[in-house]
Formats: sequence, C-alpha cells, structure tokens
Amino acid sequence: MTCGKDTIAVQVSDDRSAAALSQGKAYRLRLYVAGQTPKSILALSNLKQICEDHLQGRYEIEIVDLLENPQLAAGDQILALPTLVRRLPEPIKKIIGDLSNTERVLVGLDLQVCR
Amino acid sequence: MEARGVVDRSPSCELPKAPTGIRGLDEITFGGLPKGRPTLVCGGPGSGKTLLALTFLVNGILDSNEPGVLMTFEENADEITSDVSSLGFDLPALIATKKLVVDYVRVERSEIEETGEYDLEGLFVRLDYAIRSVGATRVVLDTIESLFAGLKDDAVLRAELRRLFRWLKDKGVTTVITGERGEGLLTKQGLEEYVSDAVILLDHRVHDQVSTRRLRVVKYRGSYHGTNEYPFLIDAAGISVLPVSSMALAHDAPLDRISTGIARLDAMFGDKGFYRGSTVLVSGTAGTGKTSLAAHFIDASCRRGERCLCFLFEESPQQLLRNMRSIGIDLEPWVEAGLLRFHADRPSRYGLETHLATMHELVANFKPTVTVLDPVTNLMTVGTFADVQAMLTRMIDHLKTENITALLTSLTPGQTELERTETSISSLMDTWIVLANDDLGARHRRGLYVLKSRGMPHSNELREFTLTDEGLHMAANGGQPETSELARHDMWEGHNRRAGL
Repeated sequence: MTCGKDTIAVQVSDDRSAAALSQGKAYRLRLYVAGQTPKSILALSNLKQICEDHLQGRYEIEIVDLLENPQLAAGDQILALPTLVRRLPEPIKKIIGDLSNTERVLVGLDLQVCR
Repeated sequence: MEARGVVDRSPSCELPKAPTGIRGLDEITFGGLPKGRPTLVCGGPGSGKTLLALTFLVNGILDSNEPGVLMTFEENADEITSDVSSLGFDLPALIATKKLVVDYVRVERSEIEETGEYDLEGLFVRLDYAIRSVGATRVVLDTIESLFAGLKDDAVLRAELRRLFRWLKDKGVTTVITGERGEGLLTKQGLEEYVSDAVILLDHRVHDQVSTRRLRVVKYRGSYHGTNEYPFLIDAAGISVLPVSSMALAHDAPLDRISTGIARLDAMFGDKGFYRGSTVLVSGTAGTGKTSLAAHFIDASCRRGERCLCFLFEESPQQLLRNMRSIGIDLEPWVEAGLLRFHADRPSRYGLETHLATMHELVANFKPTVTVLDPVTNLMTVGTFADVQAMLTRMIDHLKTENITALLTSLTPGQTELERTETSISSLMDTWIVLANDDLGARHRRGLYVLKSRGMPHSNELREFTLTDEGLHMAANGGQPETSELARHDMWEGHNRRAGL
C-alpha cells in the first residue's frame, strides 16, 4: 500500500510515546473516517480517552480521512466507518463503530486484562 | 392485457438497455439489462450467477467500450481470474489497460469487534474510487449478501444496502448484483426488495439424473420481456441462453427448392425436391432405410458445396460412414473437405435443454444450410413427451429462422400405430415421408410414400425401392420393380391405418 505520510494526519501523544514507538513497543492505531461526521468526531474523542486511560505513553493514532485518500480503503479492507485498526502490535485487529462501548474496545485491542 | 399490448407494439423505444453480449439473453430482454440501473441475478450455488455477471462486465468492456468494476465479496482477484481464464477472459490484461478494476472485499466476523454506531461509507468510498479510476459505467457486486455473515447489525446493513443501490442508480451505472437463492425468497436476505428494476433467476435442477440450467426474467420494470424459463448452457464458450421458441411465427418462406438426393424422389415433389428451409420428417420402422435416405440428402447437399451438420443419436460417425459406404455412398470426402460435420451424442448424456443448447451452439458455429437429426425419436428417452415436443419445436423454429433445411428421421416401433411423438411433431413438419416394410411371400419389400408436403403438389403414390450397393434405388413411375397393384394397395392401406388416417 502506498501511504503518503504527508496526507495522513498523525497525532502522537507525547515524547514518551515517540520513544516507545521507536523501540517498537507502542500501540500503532489508525482510525479511518470519511469526513467530519458526528460519528467520526465521537469515535476520535472516545479513542483519545481510552488511549489516555489505558495506553498512556505508548500509543500513536493516525487518522485517515478516506474522502481525501480513498485509495487507502482497500489496503486495510475498510468497509464500515469509523474503523479503528490496531496495526501494531500484530496481529492486526479491527474495531468498527463510534467506540462508545469502552469495554468492547478494550477487548478488541486485547487490553481487557488489567495492565 | 391492455398495457402489454402497448409495449408490445414498440419494444424498441423503451428504456435504454445495456447489452450483455450473452446470446439469447439480449433477445429475451429485448436488448439487455436496464441501462444505468441495478439488476439482481439470483440463483443457488453453482447456478452460474458470477459467470453471468462477469460476462456482462467483460462484454461491456470488449463490445461496448464500457469500463467496469468488479467488487467481489467471495473470491479474490486471483481466484476469479483463474476461474474465467478458461473462457478466454483475460482479466489481468483488462486491468492493466485500465478497463477493469477488481476490488476484493473481505469481511471476517471473527476479526472485527463492533462497538457503537457505524455505517458502510467505507464501501461507498471504495466503490466510488474504483468507478472513478477507470470511468466505469458497469458494476458487478458479487455476492454482496456475504456482508450479512461478516457484520452483526442487520438493520444497519439493510439500510446501507438500500442506500447503496439508490446511490448506484443515481450514479447511472448499470449494476449487476448477485444473490444466493434463499428459502421462499429469491435471495437469502430478500435483496429483491431493494433492487426493483430487474430480477433474473437462475436455476439448476436435476430431473431423472439429468441436470439442466434454466434462466427466467422474473421482473423487468418498464420493459416487455420473455417470461418463460429458458434453458441455458455453460460451456467452453461461456454462457448462452436458448433463444426462445421465438416470439412470433415470422420465418421467411423461401421458394427455392433443393434436391432430396434421389432423382426419382425429387420427381415425387414435382421434380424439384424440398423447399429450402423446410423441415422434413422421414419415419418408418426399423430397417426401412431412413438413414440411407438421409445419407442421399447429405451427399447431394455436400455435392452442391453446402455445409451439412448431422446429429447422430444412435450411431457413431464411423458406424454411419461404414454403413453408408456399403450402399455406395461415401461421405468421408465431405467430412475431410469440411462440408460435413457429425455430432454424435447419447441422448441420455444430458438433458434436453443441453442437447438443444449444443445444437444451437453448433449451428451457430458451423453455419450449415442443411441439418440432419438421426433419429430424433431417441431423444424421447431423455424427457417427457411434452418436453421433447417443446424442445423440437424450439429447435425447428430456430432452424427455420436461419433458413436451414432440416431432415429428421423418426423410428416407428414395430407394427403398431405411429408413435404419438410422430403424429404430434408432424404438425411441425412441412414434409413427411413414410417408409415401410412389407413381407410378401418370400420377398422383403421396401416402399415409401409422401404423407404430406405443404405448399407443393406431390405424388400420392406408394413407391417401392431397394437398397443396392449403389444407393437407394427407387422403382420407376408405374411400380417397378414389379409390385402388384394389390400388394401396393395393401401397403398403402396398412400405413394409412397405422398413421390413423
């Protein structure tokens, strides 16, 4: 998949995450949306909250707006939106929906066991 | 009735159509699928849905220069490519030349966690991107119902599919959506509710261990269409639907005549033989010389340089060639010259529809002016009486439309009445020649008479003939070789009685 970095909004949480990422220990998450819909805004804020609560210092969120980069949809087999993809650690996991059910999100990210 | 009368009159100025390029299907839909609208193609597993959809797509690219998008939910691009490569579809080349996009959508329920609200906008984005990247005007979704297995929220899916079909319609792309046949429904998820423009149902059924495929246009909004079930065939050349016991009786009636291959038989038809494009039935009990008579006809046709297609349902070509050589007719040179082609099939090898389809296919490819079916009664073993009659009607209809002269032989069993088939198919026949055996004293005699021949004066005499090593030798007018008036009368009477006349 060709993935032009410059066209993807990347949000790294803080310096510690950057370090964790470089060591390959962090969660690399990608949120696919199509424009600024209520569902996508809600999904992003839910995701940020969950990451802050459970993954502090070891996550990175990329946001892919498919209206701008439709060619990226096929690569990750995106169908439903919003879709959260856990790209790292492997295996790849997918969570669809506005991420309003925190428990399900944690299950999806394999984070439900206490840290 | 009234509404039908209206469309009937002007089938050509209906809504625009996108030809499928599938022989037969474009005929029964009067031009193809509704252009710019979705069509649902449904059927059970292995009924040929995907093939029909892909043929529509590829023919669109090759024949109408309409680029296409294939969104597949079941097989990936490689699998699809290899599936259809045997049909001569070169998908990679079409993809490379930017005429086709194949997008494989894979949904695995176990890999997806659902939390909160979502929609299928991602699918729209992908489809839109694919359509724009090649300027597609045809789209195939195969089989979108797989999504129901991949996602849990049926309500969302249904709402989104409804939106998708609406969206496709607004985009003006001609879409084929395939769907698996469901219990009591055309498709498992009732997609027919959403796709209301045209619905085609494919069916694959086995009757008496013989499988036949059938196609039916269940619905075609705003267009007249054939409503019957039409047999269709999938073979090395792809998919073809059997056109129709054509919609009207509108064959030409040519006036030129062709020889029967036997001068004295020609003489019985006013010295000219059969009408070209007519259908001739040659019936008789076993060993009366039906095939020999047919061989003369074949020989004469090839001598004129015409192509002859011969369907054998009893003998192999080699057998027939050998047997005919024994009466001095050598057909082998015509085979070598490419003027004569045999097609031998056991009738029970497949269903009537497939026989019919095969015949159509061969006629279309070989383009004969003369065909022989020997013996047509053997087809009786394959289906019911009504089925065989329907099949023959279609076949004869087709041959007439193509102005092909057909000679059918028919075996009359024993000394009983003429078979029901014979009398019933006889109405389709323009000319009926009856062959008969008779034992008079120590001598076995053969005779023939013309029971009917539409549209021409013909001899009513019963004529005796012999099979010599120089072919079928008919007695000269007046009853040579020596047949007593009485004996001739007996044969004549006997056969009229058998024919129920």
